[in-house]
Amino acid sequence: MAEVLVLVDHVDGEVKKSTFELLTAARALGEASAVVVGTPGTAGKVKDALASYGAAKVYAAESDDATGYLVTPKVDALATVAEQASPAAVLVSATADGKEVSGRLAIRLGGAVLVDAVGVNADGSVDQSIFGGAFSVKSKAAKGTPVVSVRPGAVEAEQADGAAAEETVALPAVDPAKSAKVTGVEPVVGGDRPELTEASIVVSGGRGVGSAEKFDVVEKLADSLGAAVGASRAAVDSGYYPAQFQVGQTGKTVSPQLYVALGISGAIQHRAGMQTSKTIVAVNKDAEAPIFEIADFGVVGDLFDVAPQLTDEVAKRKG
Amino acid sequence: MTNIVVLVKQVPDTYSERKLNESDHTLDRESADAVIDEINERAVEEALKIKEAGEGEVTVLCVGPDRATDAIRKALSMGADKAVHVSDEALQGSDMVATAKVIAGALGKVDGYDLVIAGNEASDGRGGAIPAMLAEILGVPQLTHARELSLDGTTLKVDRETEDGVTHLEASLPAVVSVTEKINEPRYPSFKGIMAAKKKPVETVTVADLGVDAGELGLSGAYATVLEAAPKPPRAAGERVDDDGDGGTKAAEYLVGQKLI
Repeated sequence: MAEVLVLVDHVDGEVKKSTFELLTAARALGEASAVVVGTPGTAGKVKDALASYGAAKVYAAESDDATGYLVTPKVDALATVAEQASPAAVLVSATADGKEVSGRLAIRLGGAVLVDAVGVNADGSVDQSIFGGAFSVKSKAAKGTPVVSVRPGAVEAEQADGAAAEETVALPAVDPAKSAKVTGVEPVVGGDRPELTEASIVVSGGRGVGSAEKFDVVEKLADSLGAAVGASRAAVDSGYYPAQFQVGQTGKTVSPQLYVALGISGAIQHRAGMQTSKTIVAVNKDAEAPIFEIADFGVVGDLFDVAPQLTDEVAKRKG
Repeated sequence: MTNIVVLVKQVPDTYSERKLNESDHTLDRESADAVIDEINERAVEEALKIKEAGEGEVTVLCVGPDRATDAIRKALSMGADKAVHVSDEALQGSDMVATAKVIAGALGKVDGYDLVIAGNEASDGRGGAIPAMLAEILGVPQLTHARELSLDGTTLKVDRETEDGVTHLEASLPAVVSVTEKINEPRYPSFKGIMAAKKKPVETVTVADLGVDAGELGLSGAYATVLEAAPKPPRAAGERVDDDGDGGTKAAEYLVGQKLI
């Protein structure tokens, strides 16, 4: 069975959930091989987690340069492994880094870039959802190795036993004339809430929230549900909530199991970032708000009445 | 003197209904209004700021059909000096690999570029990888998703902002930069700028002028091919209740019924 390479996303020895989704998708295509790029000792820390999601092999591409340069070490590692393993496909997460890695790797390998897949099929084709979920597309590589970026949260991660046999990959030295040096990092301080694009529930607030202070009504509901907090462009532009939480055409695209929209009218650009959510619940004072056209359950009313009541009901049920 | 090339793309307006052609699954350019992608205006603005802070020349580079000249004129009216427009029917249906290679080839038409500035992601394809792919082909550093940029001599510093947080980057020119929405507020073209743009040189070139492999271009040459495409059935509105003091409770009951809580 051909190998399928998965680029592992990890932070401080913790593997991101999206990587487990990639390993699950990879197993439908062949034998899942995890490629770990990091400073020496990283692969040892993440190996057990990768094994529990069915990684048959773990390629350890470790060097001090691995985190010292942008994107290039990941491309180098995947290209090196791909040359020896001739994989059926390479899977990465459809994040900013992941998409850039996939594009550059395709140039190196003479492969095909398949962007932002929401499904990976056994025949190697992928499903995509474009124009903010308005069109469904199925595409595949006509020639070359398929290099696929998979949208976080789109594939459900399933555990499986993997041998996680470790193999060392020698990373080439990085040429500073060809790569940007990383001189510092400020990771997102997400607190205890899940990451927006990885969360299975997202609670978002819009212009209707009215101020930055009042956004805590959104946060409280989110925390009762164990959800991530999002915001519409109108809310971000009004300074109610930081831009990194913006959902929509110019922000993040999310497709959680449940999306709760509080005081969001549902402009086409917002819908583009959330309309592939499995279930949508909307609360808005305006009965004519377009968000109700796509909501599975809508409450016409004041979010400052409805959301706290819902928060209490959720808390009661969780006991 | 910094030679800056700004990549500009004409896209269907995100406020109009965007579609794919039924026959070959390429973009239906007739169905939507065509505009310069918003993020490109920020790329132009950043180039103009660098030029105004020192010395330099700003060249607009656009790959697209004939009517993409509107997007080019917009960039020129903001203050860019000249443009290269790659327009060739052979490019119709090209994938990202072909696009990156054509842009790399077209850079050869610009006399000694120092810096390429692009948007981080086009609003239509949302591939978000062309600037990185271009850097790979050119063999220069990528400083992408920049929310802040500073240039001191030939040393370029960028604050990259993505879902992972902020990464501080440094490299020497030549380099490829892509910018995010937060980089700046683009200027509006002045009347004078609009009039001047009409006289600025736009060099139109075809694939044959660029030395790229024609076998990789267009629908037939693409590595990635679309098998099927269909509009999704619109989401139907579901249940809706008026809040009579129990709206939150009713929402909770709905979520319980859906096994979501």
